[in-house]
This record gives sequence, structure tokens and C-alpha cells, in this order.
Amino acid sequence: MSLAEAPPPDVSRRSLLKAGGAGLLVVGFVAPLAASALQDAGGYAPNAFIRIDRQGDVTLVMPQVEMGQGTYTSISMILAEELDADWAKVRTEHAPADEAHYANPMLQMQATGNSNSVRAWWKPLRTAAAATRACLVQAAAQGWGVPTGQCRTESGAVIHDASARKAAYGDLVGRAAQITPPTDPPLKDPKDFRLIGRPLKRLDTPDKTNGRAQYGIDVLPPGVKFATLMQSPVLGGKVAHVDDTNAKAAPGVRQVVVLDDLVAVVGDHMWAAKRGLEMLDVTWADGPNGAVSSGQIWSQLRAAAEHPGAVAKQVGDVDHAFASGDVVAADFEMPLLAHATMEPLNCTVHVTPASAEAWIGTQVMERVHAAVAKAAGLPEAQVDVHNHLLGGGFGRKLEPDMAYAAARIAKQVDGPVKVVWTREEDMRHDYYRPAYRDLLWARLDGDRIVGWKHRISGSAVMARFAPPLFAKGVDADGVDSAQDIPYDIENKRIEFNRVEPPGVNTGFWRGVGPNNNVFAIESFIDELARKAGQDPVAFRRAHLTGSPRHRAALDLVAEKANWGAPLPPRCGRGVSVQPSFASYIATVVECEVDEAGEVKLRRVTSAVDTGIAVNPDTIIAQLQGGLVFGLTAALYGEITLEKGRVQQSNFHDYRMLRMDQVPPIEVHLIKSGEAPGGIGETGATASIPALRNAIYAATGVALRRMPIDRSLLAKGART
Amino acid sequence: MITLTINNEAQTVDAPPDMPLLWVLRDLLGLTGTKFGCGIAQCGACTVHIAGRPVRSCLLAVGSIGQRPITTIEAIGATRNGARVQKAWLDAEVIQCGYCQSGQIMSATALLDQIAQPDDADIDAAMAGNICRCGTYVRIRQAIKNAAAMA
Amino acid sequence: MSGRTLWIVVAAVLLVGGAAAAWAMLPPRALSFAGGGAVDLADYKGPNPTGAPPELASADVVARGKYLTQAADCVVCHTASGGQPYAGGLAIPTQFGVLYSPNITGDAQTGIGAWTDAQFLRAMHEGIGRDGQRLYPAFPYESYTLMTDADVLAIKAYLLSLPPAHAAAPPSQLKFPFNQRWLMAFWSAFYNPNQRFRPHPDRSPQWNRGAYLVEGLEHCGDCHTPRNLGQALDNRQKFAGAVAEGWRAYNITADHASGVGAWSDAALAEYLHDGHADGHGAAGGPMGEVVEAGLGPLTPGDTAAVVAYLRSVPAVHSQGLPAPVTQPASDAPKLMQASFDPRGKQIFEGACASCHGWSGVSLLTNDATLTGDRAINDASAINVAQMVIAGGGRPGALRMPAFGAAYSDTEIAAVANYVTARFGAAPGRITAADVARLRRSSVH
Ligand code: FES
Ligand code: FES
Repeated sequence: MSLAEAPPPDVSRRSLLKAGGAGLLVVGFVAPLAASALQDAGGYAPNAFIRIDRQGDVTLVMPQVEMGQGTYTSISMILAEELDADWAKVRTEHAPADEAHYANPMLQMQATGNSNSVRAWWKPLRTAAAATRACLVQAAAQGWGVPTGQCRTESGAVIHDASARKAAYGDLVGRAAQITPPTDPPLKDPKDFRLIGRPLKRLDTPDKTNGRAQYGIDVLPPGVKFATLMQSPVLGGKVAHVDDTNAKAAPGVRQVVVLDDLVAVVGDHMWAAKRGLEMLDVTWADGPNGAVSSGQIWSQLRAAAEHPGAVAKQVGDVDHAFASGDVVAADFEMPLLAHATMEPLNCTVHVTPASAEAWIGTQVMERVHAAVAKAAGLPEAQVDVHNHLLGGGFGRKLEPDMAYAAARIAKQVDGPVKVVWTREEDMRHDYYRPAYRDLLWARLDGDRIVGWKHRISGSAVMARFAPPLFAKGVDADGVDSAQDIPYDIENKRIEFNRVEPPGVNTGFWRGVGPNNNVFAIESFIDELARKAGQDPVAFRRAHLTGSPRHRAALDLVAEKANWGAPLPPRCGRGVSVQPSFASYIATVVECEVDEAGEVKLRRVTSAVDTGIAVNPDTIIAQLQGGLVFGLTAALYGEITLEKGRVQQSNFHDYRMLRMDQVPPIEVHLIKSGEAPGGIGETGATASIPALRNAIYAATGVALRRMPIDRSLLAKGART
Repeated sequence: MITLTINNEAQTVDAPPDMPLLWVLRDLLGLTGTKFGCGIAQCGACTVHIAGRPVRSCLLAVGSIGQRPITTIEAIGATRNGARVQKAWLDAEVIQCGYCQSGQIMSATALLDQIAQPDDADIDAAMAGNICRCGTYVRIRQAIKNAAAMA
Repeated sequence: MSGRTLWIVVAAVLLVGGAAAAWAMLPPRALSFAGGGAVDLADYKGPNPTGAPPELASADVVARGKYLTQAADCVVCHTASGGQPYAGGLAIPTQFGVLYSPNITGDAQTGIGAWTDAQFLRAMHEGIGRDGQRLYPAFPYESYTLMTDADVLAIKAYLLSLPPAHAAAPPSQLKFPFNQRWLMAFWSAFYNPNQRFRPHPDRSPQWNRGAYLVEGLEHCGDCHTPRNLGQALDNRQKFAGAVAEGWRAYNITADHASGVGAWSDAALAEYLHDGHADGHGAAGGPMGEVVEAGLGPLTPGDTAAVVAYLRSVPAVHSQGLPAPVTQPASDAPKLMQASFDPRGKQIFEGACASCHGWSGVSLLTNDATLTGDRAINDASAINVAQMVIAGGGRPGALRMPAFGAAYSDTEIAAVANYVTARFGAAPGRITAADVARLRRSSVH
């Protein structure tokens, strides 16, 4: 079961109540003049996504947020395609918090994640746009007194060829508004697509080259003050005592806000707030987590992993398959990881007795809306949230904590206050990618895998985030890409073992569950290939007869990466194959490991079949970026705790891959007519095992845990 | 009161001399194109030009600038290389979230001002201080070469 | 040869050998270089070189004690990282094992709350603890022994004025025989003069004040003077530099190339007071702590006295420490790149150049300028590597982040060698193995 087929969680209860469930979400927005943000905005608003004004300018409201993945452009392309809008006249708008109209049909909440923006909205948006187009055609036909069948549309106009008449959409909006849109209009045949499939320029990027683009951190409401905060260094700790004499005296400091679990300094600018915070003398009561250490987290996880987990999927009889031959086993570990979005967490809030207004860049508008209302002690109807561009999301901005904290602070402040987290605060109070331990067992019969057991142990993020997706002890995301492992294996069992680490919050991180599973599976497959005396590509290929799309990707990447061509000493190529996010991807990383154990990346190649590529260039870009994201984690990423405190704080001790370390990265798209797959997270998932396997090939060292321990790779190191 | 020359305009701000230029730009002058990423000169998001050289404004005390002219992302397009870099960035569709890109563009422009035809080693030396969490490095390298080719 | 002559020869050999050994084992006292003519304090006619400075003449004993306690750098060793000042517990790795500094707050059980004045004087002057057990010379009582009783008791008064902390230091972990405290009695007998400061009438009052501060309180020699086999300061090489706490404490004699002979009085005073002097770089590691704790708080008059005294210490040249290069390097990153471990350049361009600049002259702050820095001009690259590992900087100024946790020994060695080569007088030659050792030897 992938997230896509998961039962709807109750987090969309609001839309269910309002609209009677997912089905109506779709109907909801094709209803004319739906109760949406557009109603009062003027122009022709047949649904929650499209507004056409009399000048023919088309405003598209984005139900998904733009955090770099190019979704504003892809979604606009989908709408403009079925609408036959004039691409030059299309502009986008952030959606307001409104779950009834903007809940993601797959996630069942107003959220952007799981690389499913295009997958989830593909049909609904095409339908909405096609219905709108039908109304415009009908409006023109009525005006001309001709049958609609004789009219066609092209870049923002209805055309009647017979009479050589042409009406721009802008001139039709008055009449169109009177027409009830059809609920299930005919959709274009993909061969007629004019925009989809073309590498169109992104709509959001020009303003990102000149400083005009507005991120949450950039808002400056009139009279805004600036604040920065310090939360308990230990999760669950409380403020014991505060001496703010010096802080208050610092130049530019206006106010010191002390809440039970955090302190904040408000000033005329961030510098005053930052200095003031440094001068604040705070004593914390650490609470129960004051002694938590990484060692403790790992020993707890390792112990729990020994017990069988809840069965997520069972095929054939693995126990029987194991009974008749010797079984190969291996264990793999993934560390806690921080998101480190380039834009540090922030939220600007203005609370008055009667209302609250918030400015932010978030992946979860509705949750932020609810969080601000809760903190302000106001009904949600009195709370307004404005979304902005995100300086990176990667899953961190699926949490509303920064908005909740900002609103609690703002409640104490007169006027709007922008609460910006320092990088240190951002890194030490993350919802970390959980640490995982994977145990795998397999039995080889000659060069065939005949039995497979995979036990995943770690935090169940879904149990907190979307409880219905944690059912019968199995986290739907935690086993994603493990239970749908692409290889033909008759007997297999996939288990999940929920182990919640003490002292840290866990959350979604680019690549989510598959990130861990693909690493463990693809690393283990490489070890099995070696055991079977097979080439890693050939071995995988032989087990992919049931998945031709994977096979095609593997063949293409092997060819493009010169798989098998000789390499200098201590150089190697590693491959990975993955089913994640409904895209079929094979990746080859080529690296060199020097005698000291330092790893130098030489080349990265990916082949991807993601179905219909709405904007091919965006897909390539997402893959390139995702691959770098994964390589960064593989080489450097690890969050550790001592005395309940996260030890990393900034980029000097939580390293990022830099320009001079990144090799050429080629991505090859495979043409396909299938429905679009997800792409935003796939690169992060693909590159970690591919690099691990490249090191395996270069050195013979079978790394079992991330990040890469370079001391194991030095020439002659004992392993 | 400190007087600065920012994007060819004299600006007088009421800021303590040890206040980093970054916050003067963002919080006092509303020039929010220059970004805050780390505050310790490790990411490059806050890069501006001081007398034509790339400088991390998050650690540059505003009192130490004196008469030297300051150029920010908001005005870099008015320079020859700045405009080339911006165009090259869009042609190569470099940008993802874009948060690091003000700094990337400022660093790249300063590089071209110094070396008209940079090779890969020049690009590494000039750009390695700018982190891009979205991983746009491959395209940045290409775009810099394309911008150089416009000369 | 007859038995008798044989015995004479043997005796002669033993005598000479013994004398040589004694010569090596018994170096001159800290102030011997100043020559004879010293008199007891009571017989000294000049202005009193001891006690608090004139600025505090009318201050109470606690205020005077605070000044002296700071000048004696007590807080540096008697505070665990992140712990309450003077509550002790700092782990001090020595080549014989790990020592933990004791709690010297007023707590009756674990601190000095119950100590009599006599007991405290005996500890400071003779290195004997309250219960009569010997203290390890990591505690510089052979320096503090120069302090007057009044000054020692002023320090005690100040310490007792602080909030007491109940904190027992962990027992020290020394290998045999060094865990036998009584053996320290012999060390003391040899190396602790157990004698109060004796002024030199033939020297200026300023010199005498400086001598009292440098030798009696600041105990600069503890780090800056090499030690002999007996772990005593070898004052034949007084202030010629040594390695302490994993950092190099440089030559502070008047030698022009390797010492501070080429520094102006103003630069020296600025460095001692601020931990930084333009053209000479910033104090890092233990020196940074000492500036913050002990030298920074000195009055201008006392700082000048310290400078005057340092100037009088005979020049000793340290091999392999050339005069620092004062010219900035080229601004062109490519400079010399070929001849270096490319990993060093790679680390530098990513993590260092933004702050330190390609020329070594920082575009952000003088504190980050590498040009002219002693450590940058030291091919051992020990302090450069330590700075990369631990970071640091003077209080209130920009601090360098600690890169040690995320960068490998190989990377740190490579970047240390790169910056010494690029900005210094000679390319560094530190290895990954050296860096691993440095990590272990630093105090924490
Ligand atoms: S914010 Fe200045 S370098 Fe990161
Ligand atoms: S584009 Fe997102 S950080 Fe660079």
C-alpha cells in the first residue's frame, strides 16, 4: 500500500463535514461561484482555482505550495492546458487556508507533500479547467448563435472558423458566469496537449533573480517588530528562572516575552532581538529528557528491532523458504536528520482581541490556521493566514510549530511581530527524520532470491501526523517502497516495528519512508549480488521481469553511465533502483575513495520514467537537486544528542555538500503516456544507496550505516 | 546615525555600529532580497557587494563600511554582468526555492567582474562558499559559463 | 690500573654525571635572570610592587581580592566547561593521566568554606592541601608562592564572597607512580622555592610590579617556558615557548623573529588586553581564556608593567619559527594551488574564504585577518589546526565556529597546511595523525 491508496485520515474532518467527503471535494470546486476566496475578488470565478477578468488575464489559485519544486508552473500548465488559456496572460496566486476547496485529494488535507502535487491534482484540475472552457465556449456560441460543436479554443479565445469570428475569454466572462459548468466535461487527448510536455519557463523564478520574490521571512507589515526565540534546549523542558535585566537594557530591545517553555526578545530589528537573547540569563528545568543521549536512542532502537514487527505485507511462505537453505542477513541504520531549509523557520503574527493575522510560508495552511487560532484563543473565522513562497520545505514546513510559537509570542506583543529563528534554534528544534534500523534476511537459490524478510524499526511519524495511516501497528509511510519492492520474489514478509525515540520530535523529511527503505533494500541487494557472484545490474535486471518500467530505467542508466567500463583504482560505480512515489528510477553514482578514506564524487546518472512529464525540465531539475540532497545526507548528515540537547547547530557542524564537491549529474527522461508520477523526493532516495554501493565497489567495504564513516574507508582500515 | 551608499543612493540609518549590514538592509531599509541563512559566514545567502567585492553581510559591522559603495541583489541587474547572470540563471532555469539565489547571483557576478572567462577552478573558488540546499549547483556552474559566453 | 685509581675514576665519573644531572634537573628560578641584589619586600624602598593597583587602593578586601583572583587566572582551571565559575571539575589531561580541578567556592564540604587562613596559605605557598596531602604541580603553587600573605588572603576573601557550589571534583586518574601524591614532596623540595616575592631595587618600580604580576599571579611561564625531565620549568629557556594543553604557547622573549621583539609596546599591550592586535592576529585557545580571565581585566598601568617586564627577559631564538610574513597573499584563489593537497584548498574555499579572504586579510573583521599571525607562520600548524577544531575568539567579538565535529582529521590537516602555506612563512606539515592527537590532548 502506498500513501496514494491509503484510507482518508480524519484530519480532513472539516472538509468532510463541510462537503461530505472526498468525492465532493471534486464537485465542490466545479460548482459555480463556489464559496471560495475568489468570490469577492471580482471577475469570472467558476471554481476555486480559476479567475478570468475582463482584460482576459487569468489568475490561477495554487492549491499546492511552491517550495522550489516548480509546482506553481506545473499546476498552471495543467489548468492552462485544458482551459486553452494564453500562457502569457497566466498569473498565479497563493491559496488561502480553505480545506473545503484546497485539500489535496490524495492527502485529504490542505497540505503539500509526498511528491504528489501533480499526481493528486492531475484529474481534478483538468476537469475544473475543461468545465470552465466549456462554459466559455458555450457563452461564445450563444452570442454568435452557432452550435458549440463548431467552436474551438486557442490561447485565450473562442474561435468560430466558419465565420472567422473570434472572442477573447475576457469578453465572455459576463455571459459565462450565468452558465452552470458541466460536472464531467471531456478532457483533451494527450496527443493534443499544447503546453503539457513542453519545457516551459517557470513562472516563479524571474522575481527570484532580483530580490522581489517574497518569502515568509520577508514580510514587513506596517509597524512590525522583530523577535527571535529560545526554546527549552531539552524537549519538554521548562523555563525555571529568567533574569532579563541586561537584555532589557540592550539597545533596540523592546520587550522580553517569557512563556513556560520558551523565551523571546522583541526589538526594533533582528540584531537587537538576537543580542538581547544572548544577554538573557535563563535557567531551564530540563524535565524527563534531560539525560537523553544518542547512545540511549540507539540501544533502545537496536533492542526493539530484535522483536518481530507488525506484518505489513506477506507473500508466499518466507519461513518455509528460509527453512530449506542458509539465510543471508544484514542490518542497516539511518541516523536522525535535520531539514535545514535554507530559509530559517519564521512566522509573522498580529494578534488583537478580535482577530489575528499571520504571514508565513508553509506546506500546511490549514494546520497553521488552526494553530494560530488556538494560540490566539480565537475562532478560526477570525484568523487570517497569508501564505508565501517557501525557502525550502523538505517536510519541515508540514509542521505548524513555528506558527504556534509565533502566535503565542505575538499574543503578548502590541502590534505585529516577526519571529525569526536563528539557524541554531532551527537546527536544534526540528522534527527530525527518524533514526531507523532495518534488519534484512534473504535466501539465495543459485543466483535467484527465493525468500526475503525485511523488518523496519523506527518512529511512526504517521501515528502523530495522520493517525489513520498508522493502522494495525504499520506506518503506511514507514513501509513505503519496502512492501512494494520491485523485484520478483515469491516469498516475502515485510514487518514494521514502531519505536519512538525519547527526547526528539520526528517528522517527514524529503524522501520520507522510502528514503530509509530504498537504502536498506538496495544495499542488501548489492551484497546478495556479490554473494551470488553476479554483476549488480545484471542481478537486479534478472529480478525485474515483473516490472518492465524499472527494467527500462535500469537498462538506460547502465548504458548512459558506461556501466562496466574500466575505472581507475579505488573508484567504483554503484546502482540503485526504486519504485517510490509512482516513478520508476534507476541511478548510478561513480566515486573515488582516496587512501585516507575521503570520498570524491565523480559522476551521477539517473534514468527516470515518471509517466507524462508535465514540465520535463522541472523533473530533471528536481532529480538533480534531490540527488544532491541525498548525497549530502549520505556523506555528512547526522543529528546527535547529549544530555537531552541536540549537539549540531549550524552549517559548520551540520555540513552541506558544496559547489566544488558536486560532480556532473545527468538525468535521462523516458517518454511515457502513463499518468504522471511524483518526483520531488525521488532523487534524495536514489542517491544514498547508489553512493553506498559505489563505495562498496571501490573499496569492498560494505557500509551498513549512514552517514558514511570515512575512518572505515581509509586504505588498510579494519572493518 | 550612519550614512551608507546603497545601490547608488545615500541612506542614513539609526543603527549601532556593530550591527551587521544584513539586518540594516532587511529590517531597517526593507531591502529583503538579501537573505539570512546562517549568520556565521558559512552559507553565502547574505552576500552583497562592497566596492565591487562579494562580502557576507551577516558578519559585516555596518560601522566598518564607511564610504564604500554597497550593491545588493535589488540593483545588481543594473550592472552589465549582473544582468547577464540574471538572464543566464533564467535561461538555464537554475532556480528552485530561490532562497539562496540572491547570494549565488551576487557571488557569480563578482566572479565575472574579476575573471571574464572563469574556468571550473575559478567557479569552485568563487562559489563554494554559497550553499544551495535545493542542490542547484550543476545548473549554477552551467549558467556562469553561459553568462561568461555572453561577453 | 690499581683498584684505588679505579675507584677514583668511578667516583669522578659519578660526580661529573651527577653534577650534569643536577644541572639539568635543577634549572634556575624564575627570576634568576634578573641577577642578584634582590631584597626582602620589607626592605624595599620603592612603591609596593604587590597587592592591588593604586586604582583599588581604597577598595575593600573583596574587591582587591577579585582583581588578584582574576590576575591569577584561577577561573580558567577551576571551572568545568559550562559549569559554575570556580566550582571546579575541569578535566586536565596530562601525560601521566587526567586530573580534575577542585571546587574553590565557599562550600564547606566540597569547597574551601571550612579552610583556615593558614591552610589556604599553605596550599598557595607550599602546595599542601587542607588534609596535609600533596597537591599536583598542575596547580602552579611554585608561582603563587611569590604572593604576599595579604594578597593570598584577599583572594580567599573574594572566593568566599561568591555563591558556594556543592560540587566534589571527580578523583584524578593518574597512572602509578604518579598517583602517589606523597612523591610530590620531592618535587616541591626541588622546584618550589617557597619564598615570597623579593623586589630588585636596581630595576624600575614598573619592572618590579610587572615581575610580581607575571611570575606570581599570571604564571605565564607555566605555558610559555619549556619543562625539563622533572616537569619543572627550564628557566634557561625562560619564555622560549612550549606546548601546553595541546596548543603551542609561543616564544614571548625579546627574540625578533620567533619572539615578541618585533612587536611595539602598544601592540603587545593591546594583545594582552584585548586578545588581538592588528597585524598580529588574535589569541585563541588557552591564551584566549587567559586574556579573558586574567590579562584583560588588568589596569592599563599593570598591563604596561607586564609589557616592561616581558621586555627584560633575555632573547632566546626558537628554531623553526621564522619571522611572520606581513604581506597579504595574492587575492587570486589559484595562487599556488597546484603545489598543495587539493583537499586543503577545497575546505578553505568552502568554509574559510568567506571570512578570512583569499589574501588572508578579512573583509569582515580584523579579528579574522590571518596575515602576520604567529600561528599562521608556524609550520607545525598546531595552533591553526586547534583553532579549526575548537574555534574561538575574544569575548564580545566575532567567534570562529568549531569545525572539529564535522571535518575529518585528514581535512583539518589539509586545510591547516594550506593556510600556513598560503599566508605564512612556510608550508605546514601537520598530519591527520597529529590532528587526532591534538583532539585528545585539548582540555575540556
Ligand atoms: S547568512 Fe551570511 S553567510 Fe549565511
Ligand atoms: S534554490 Fe533553494 S536553497 Fe538554493
